[in-house]
Amino acid sequence: MTTTVTRPATLTHVGRSQPRRDAREKLRGQAQFVGDILVPRMLHGKVLRSPIAHGRIASIDTTAAERVAGVVCVLTGADLRDIDPYYGHAIKDRPILAIDKVRFHGEQVAAVAAETPAAAAAAVDAIVVDYDELPVVATVQDAVADGAPLVTDRPTTPGLFHGLGELPPRDDNVCYRYALDRGELEAVLARADIVVEGEYTFPSVYQYAMETHTVIAQVEGDEITLWATCQHPFLVRAEIADLFGVPVANVRIQVPYLGGGFGSKSYTKMEPLTVALARKAGRPVRIQNRVAESMVTTRRHNMTCRMRTAATADGRLLAREVECLFDTGAYADNGPRVVATAGDAAPGPYRWAAYRIDASCVYTNLAPAGSYRAFGATHLQWIGESQVDEVARRAGLDPLEVRRANLLTPGEEVRAGGKPLDADLVGDVEKVAAAVGWGEERRPHVGRGVSVGLLAAGAHPVSSAVCRLEADGRVVVLVGTTEMGQGPRTVFAQIAAEEIGVDPERVTVRGADTRFTPYDRSTGASRSTTIAGLAVQRAAADIRAQLDRVADASGIDRGDHLALMRKHFGFAGGELIGRGEVAPVGTGSYAEGPVFWEVCVGAAEVEVDPETGFVHVRRTATAADVGRAINPQLVERQDEGATLQGLGNALFEEMVYEDGLLLNDTLLDYRVPSFEDLPEQMTCVIVENQDGPGPYGAKGCGEGALAAVPAAVVNALADAGVPMSELPLTPERVWRRIQDLKEEGKWQQ
Amino acid sequence: MEIALSVNGREVARDVAAQELLLDFLRDSLGLTGAKRSCDVQVCGACTVLVDGLPVSSCCFLAAHAEGAEVTTIEGLAERPEFARLEEAFTRHAALQCGFCTPGMLLTVSSLLASGELSSEEQIKQSLAGNLCRCTGYRGILEAVADLAGVG
Repeated sequence: MTTTVTRPATLTHVGRSQPRRDAREKLRGQAQFVGDILVPRMLHGKVLRSPIAHGRIASIDTTAAERVAGVVCVLTGADLRDIDPYYGHAIKDRPILAIDKVRFHGEQVAAVAAETPAAAAAAVDAIVVDYDELPVVATVQDAVADGAPLVTDRPTTPGLFHGLGELPPRDDNVCYRYALDRGELEAVLARADIVVEGEYTFPSVYQYAMETHTVIAQVEGDEITLWATCQHPFLVRAEIADLFGVPVANVRIQVPYLGGGFGSKSYTKMEPLTVALARKAGRPVRIQNRVAESMVTTRRHNMTCRMRTAATADGRLLAREVECLFDTGAYADNGPRVVATAGDAAPGPYRWAAYRIDASCVYTNLAPAGSYRAFGATHLQWIGESQVDEVARRAGLDPLEVRRANLLTPGEEVRAGGKPLDADLVGDVEKVAAAVGWGEERRPHVGRGVSVGLLAAGAHPVSSAVCRLEADGRVVVLVGTTEMGQGPRTVFAQIAAEEIGVDPERVTVRGADTRFTPYDRSTGASRSTTIAGLAVQRAAADIRAQLDRVADASGIDRGDHLALMRKHFGFAGGELIGRGEVAPVGTGSYAEGPVFWEVCVGAAEVEVDPETGFVHVRRTATAADVGRAINPQLVERQDEGATLQGLGNALFEEMVYEDGLLLNDTLLDYRVPSFEDLPEQMTCVIVENQDGPGPYGAKGCGEGALAAVPAAVVNALADAGVPMSELPLTPERVWRRIQDLKEEGKWQQ
Repeated sequence: MEIALSVNGREVARDVAAQELLLDFLRDSLGLTGAKRSCDVQVCGACTVLVDGLPVSSCCFLAAHAEGAEVTTIEGLAERPEFARLEEAFTRHAALQCGFCTPGMLLTVSSLLASGELSSEEQIKQSLAGNLCRCTGYRGILEAVADLAGVG
């Protein structure tokens, strides 16, 4: 991408911490979420979910359910025979409702539409299903074992947005594989003085967007209208159109405010089932997940990994080998992209003579796993970075010194053929290390750690935006980005205000409505400020250019927008339309990407209690290497939010399964960070080198800290004497490790 | 059964089912959608409203138990003069992101401020541990509440 917009010499609105444009509505409880919307004649939907992890559906009897007062219809797989009911943006492997088989605990088996939630719930209870249980593929190890049962025997059909090259035919449970091979690995390993190796596990994690997945669907003839908690309405629109055989333009998706997303609302989730139910009911239907249902709608991949890192005696990194198995559950969801991103993150941003990465996306009988903030990087950065620290220990060097000596520098190649490094990683890690008191004296059981990584960000660079300058001088920005808390409505208003030369208070950015807002690929991968923001900047610059043409021709002051408009249209009406588009340059293939490398740099200081194994995080620091902070306060808040999620992932968040059954499906048993988990000191260092491809040199943020923080915590804990190879770092796990270290004579008081 | 109560200073009399939750009563019968449903188990605080001035999780509180009580939701709090301070502090510190937890957070904060209990940052953290926020990392909220309580 190249920007054709000239950067103004001085910035008036960009670079300032302007208040959130949505603060008033949200603080007063007026902000509307999907669950707050009432559609006339709307019914309440409820889903019957599988109580077992794997089985054949012997029979479904809906007779009693249909007789429950207030029930309008009961939907089963048999109602989907007129369409091809399989979907999935990466791999079309998922039926709208289970057909013949259930493949995970919680899979959708039937759904009811009724006049009241109580009637719907009663009817769901009245559906009788007989299952013949099948052997459960409960772990990735089970899945790749010889003779493992196949989780799905359907052919691997690419979805509409696969984008990952050829899919070979499959006769096992590996649905996608991403491999990188560089240099002569064996030869380089043979000349290494230090080889660090280990086996590691990462747990399944629930994103917990506080607003659960909620969808209202209405089907009228071949027009389908949705109000949905979706981050990517345009991708969902295409999948719905494809599933139900209607033109893309006949599917209208409106997205009001989202109550958090973090990837859990990316791609298609509850929308197909809600449409299918509304289609049968002949009336609008709302399905609102409970937390336990959202936990089986999507989750972060659990993973096992074997890694080794080789170096010279003086700490020069030579080679890395990584093999990892990602548990994508019964359906691929975004697993292939998660695995590819993990593969890209696996080497870490170092100057290697050789590496070999083999990352597999594996089907099991767990609920489908998909996107969660900083996916791939969060999975692997803590492993790679703990091995870099171990190299430093064995070489007798400061971990910071090893990084200075080995980190890539700006302009160096990260991945063959891909975007060169666009960030100063050495500068970033030095800043965060300083923020947690690197090198200062410390008490026993206190440790400090840093971590550095890169995340392939930006997704596919396709966005468009329209700006409308109204006759009263106000500006409306139409852009498909969804507001899930990250602040695009504020940031886009600042960008448009900057370009046109109006007060940001006079700019309104509305939510996504696919009938009216122009195409935006998605909201995720830290892409909105960079890519949609660039489209907004271009649309606003288009308005400015039109105003300037009138000013030049008429001699009217270029700041007097109302006079310029009146001159142009000849009366006090009309509106100027500005258009902005971002499209990929080159072939547009993934191999040439990413749009930018998101920097994942952090540091932590922890204290471990050897008696209990409790890890207390005292200080954290993250680098928001954003190129240009359009709104510095919102950048800081992004990093702080990602930091707390990173602490949850590192310290206690874990979905616990037994033979494929999820055991902790409530917030009572699945703990997320609360106020009491806030570190005493949390620093966000904003780095602005104007080296991003977005407006004013911006690049995205908000994910990197989530990958960086668990890695920094793991390294800090190792520095305090407790090296760990399994997350989360629960007191029990840490205490047991300390006992092992004592037995091995490796525990230092 | 019929219940009579005061909601945001207005007298309300309605028929409710014995098992009806206060959260559903407020949202569905009265159209007060500022209280949000999330965890359903009194952990997250998104459904917090004030009953006789004290925060309760309306997802685990029967509507019938609010008989005769004064219930305040975010819609009512926003009409009070003291709300301006809360709004200003939360806006200045960007103490919100998606806004889903925000109404419950503000109701808890308003009750704590009224009781004068917040005398240190530690106490703010402990007192607000029953209101989860997944977006902000709590720092902005802590700063805003510390300002409001004159702490720190």
